[in-house]
Amino acid sequence: MKGRLRRAESVKEDASAQSKGLGVRGRTSMLALPFSVYMVIFIAAPLLLIVLYSVCVDPPGDMSFTLEHFRRFFDFENPIYLQVLWRSFYIAVISTAICLLIGYPMAYILSRMKPTVRNILSVLFILPMWMNFLLRTYAWMSLLENTGLINTALEAMGLPAINIMYTQWAVVLGNVYNFLPFMILPIYNTLVKIDPAVVEAAQDLGASGRKVFRKIILPLSVPGVMSGISMTFMPAITTFVISKLLGGGQYTLIGDLIDKQYKVTGDWGFGSAMSVIIMVMILISMNLMPSSSKDQGGGLL
Amino acid sequence: MKKNPIARLFSSVYGVLVFTFMYAPIVVLIVFSFNKLKSRGKWGGFTLDWYRALFENDTIMSALWNTLSIALLSSTIAIIVGTMAAIGIFFMNKHWRKVHMNVAYLPVMNADIVTGISLLLVFSVLGIRLGYVSLLLAHVTFNIPYVILSVMPKLQQLEWHTYEAAQDLGASPVQAFFKAVLPELMPGVVTGFLLAFTLSIDDFVISYFTAGAGVSTLSVTIYSMARKGIKPEINALSAIMFVTVLVLLLIINFRNNASQQKKLK
Amino acid sequence: MMKARRALALLFAIVMVVTMFSGCAKDDPNKRTLSVFNWGDYIDEEVLQMFEEETGIEVIYSMYETNEDLYTKITSPGGDSYDVIFPSEYIIERLINEGLLAEINYENIPNMELIDEKYKDLSFDPENKYSVPYMWGTVGIVYNKTLVSTEIDSWYDLWDPTYERNLFMMDSMRDSIGVALKMLGYSMNTRNMDEIDEAIAKLKEQKSLVLAYTGDEVKDKMIAGEAAMAVLYSGDAATVIDQNPDLGYVVPVEGSNIWFDNMCILSTSQHKTEAEEFINFMCRTDIAEMNRAYINYSSPQREVYENLPDEVKADPVQYPSDEIYSHCEVYEDLGDYTQIYDQLWTEVIAS
Repeated sequence: MKGRLRRAESVKEDASAQSKGLGVRGRTSMLALPFSVYMVIFIAAPLLLIVLYSVCVDPPGDMSFTLEHFRRFFDFENPIYLQVLWRSFYIAVISTAICLLIGYPMAYILSRMKPTVRNILSVLFILPMWMNFLLRTYAWMSLLENTGLINTALEAMGLPAINIMYTQWAVVLGNVYNFLPFMILPIYNTLVKIDPAVVEAAQDLGASGRKVFRKIILPLSVPGVMSGISMTFMPAITTFVISKLLGGGQYTLIGDLIDKQYKVTGDWGFGSAMSVIIMVMILISMNLMPSSSKDQGGGLL
Repeated sequence: MKKNPIARLFSSVYGVLVFTFMYAPIVVLIVFSFNKLKSRGKWGGFTLDWYRALFENDTIMSALWNTLSIALLSSTIAIIVGTMAAIGIFFMNKHWRKVHMNVAYLPVMNADIVTGISLLLVFSVLGIRLGYVSLLLAHVTFNIPYVILSVMPKLQQLEWHTYEAAQDLGASPVQAFFKAVLPELMPGVVTGFLLAFTLSIDDFVISYFTAGAGVSTLSVTIYSMARKGIKPEINALSAIMFVTVLVLLLIINFRNNASQQKKLK
Repeated sequence: MMKARRALALLFAIVMVVTMFSGCAKDDPNKRTLSVFNWGDYIDEEVLQMFEEETGIEVIYSMYETNEDLYTKITSPGGDSYDVIFPSEYIIERLINEGLLAEINYENIPNMELIDEKYKDLSFDPENKYSVPYMWGTVGIVYNKTLVSTEIDSWYDLWDPTYERNLFMMDSMRDSIGVALKMLGYSMNTRNMDEIDEAIAKLKEQKSLVLAYTGDEVKDKMIAGEAAMAVLYSGDAATVIDQNPDLGYVVPVEGSNIWFDNMCILSTSQHKTEAEEFINFMCRTDIAEMNRAYINYSSPQREVYENLPDEVKADPVQYPSDEIYSHCEVYEDLGDYTQIYDQLWTEVIAS
């Protein structure tokens, strides 16, 4: 009995010994079978189906092969779709950068608090997710409008109004608001795990506060920052509805376009083609990410 | 590190600002759920009418029921299938482990809209009717990966000696698993469950593509109301849900903290 | 550890209860049911309860956001579980052509005679074989009297540089391209590329004047006085004018779109008699009035109209004169041109 497990453990390190039939290890790995089946039907097959639809003339009716949808997207003479893609990318980069700028100090401050306090506070960052995101976005509209709450308050204080509604900054704000927790939490989680002894040792050796931060804390928090960036950037690039509501429909993003092909024009082929393009972009960026940030569930946990 | 008072002041001010940013729209929503006017922008006096109207509104109540039951069922299925999968994957050879982990990662990393559409397509090919079942399957699909990802690190930290010790003491492998392994995995399972539950409640995009006749979640209902204007009852409901969760989390946290302190003594 | 186990046990107990309850919801075969699929918030829900009480038919009610959303849902698997739908005219045309609608047996709908002749036998369903009018309206301009300095009566007013960043257009390809086409004196259903291109050029020219291309949220904005003008449906116009008396509505002189949302039965429906019973119920005067009062759109039901107070009857917002009515055009299904319109519209808003 005892031996078996030990074997299982040792085999973990030793890839060559594994393929020999069904040992305990093989049998234990059978526990994943329900998931494997599920994965094939509901994760892999759907994505393959999208790829298939993207090269069909008018799925699900006319299934003959075509590359027309991709040609339509990558039309360099009239690059409207490429412009939309570029804008989505650009807005996502700005949103992610702002999330990082706001999120890192917040995560740092949070990590320096007493455990009892910081546990509660970190949970408070996830809590807004319990309020439906459409409602949250509508609430931002009430705040930001020309005659909205913020401007009314500014006016009452004799300050000039801010007209941010229906500009791309409103879209950025919507993104930052919705994705900030996904930046703060992974960074916070890596910062909390830093061994205080390391920091103390450095201080004992005479390092200044700034130096400790630069030489120890910052490098050790890189994995958290990385997963924070990917957890923010990915949803930001494909978001829809936010741009529609806060940007006034003028800052169409790739997510809005995909949504429209399915819900308005009924052009499933073109919609699938754009989904494939997005998927490829995401897969590429996933591979560019250091693998450490992948192992921890994006560090969100 | 010693903190100087200026840094401490700065930290507090900064924290307050960020929390104001996070909670401003929520405060607006809660305040306007007591608004006499139907408008989102103008205040017309205090009323509790929307709270009363809420409980009489069948559409909203059934959407609430669907949202909660799907969240509960899908995250429960996800923790069972997901925990089994995590253990299974842990014992796989490198090649299969990599394949499984990468596929598991797809719904996490992929755009919600692509996941939603791809599920819609697969349901239509397999002839699965859009309705409660399709919605449940869709939620399970995006929940399982989060469970796997939160259980995996616990497996890696696991002290397998206790499992062996339990068997040495005469426990069967299954008993030993439940006595020695599962409790160690429990924190990961619980995190996975909470995460899955929250994501399921918050999800709009995937439900929007996979809901069907007579079955709708809250977020889909809210979206379909957008043409005629979102009802203030929805604000009232959100306020109730938010406050409930807030209170629950605070209670859990205080109890945890209290028990930790007791242990320390 | 004990705690964790107990928590787990509790969880399973809850799940069991939940599953049992959802299992109970399975209907017994003798029960008469009807699945109604309608626009969001487009019925007085008390009407549904009254129908259930009067007929004993249980109503399964769901909602959709756009006509295309409806189309996707009814053509996906499970689409056959819907019985009654409320599509707009051009989708009705498409659904008829694709054989997705059932012919209505008017013997079961005596209340059809209460629908005004004016709203029957329209181009999208010439003999009303497949559809019964539910609500109708026009598209026009809502303007804020305190914010406009000129008289608003033409689509060209939306191109007036005085109102830079002070007007809302609809984020809807048919309605916005339609506005430009109508302004230029063309049909809203044109398939002439020169006319379409001209309209698109106009819309691009207008872009710098537009504050936002909006959906429904525009109503709140007009009430709050966020902008001088907005393109809006007449029913919504009536709603905003009720809440802010500074607002006015006009159907521009060049003519506009007139739209219909009709009740139809899907050809796959297993509950056709129940569906007809429901449609008949919806046409009954008291019920039609309840819905009209709730939605605040124009009802095609004759008695409902006759019972309205005179000032509403004379209200050009909800019940435009026959002259305006005759200037208006109904949308037709664009067929292959849908994609062309969409691409050009994307060019306008994404440029």
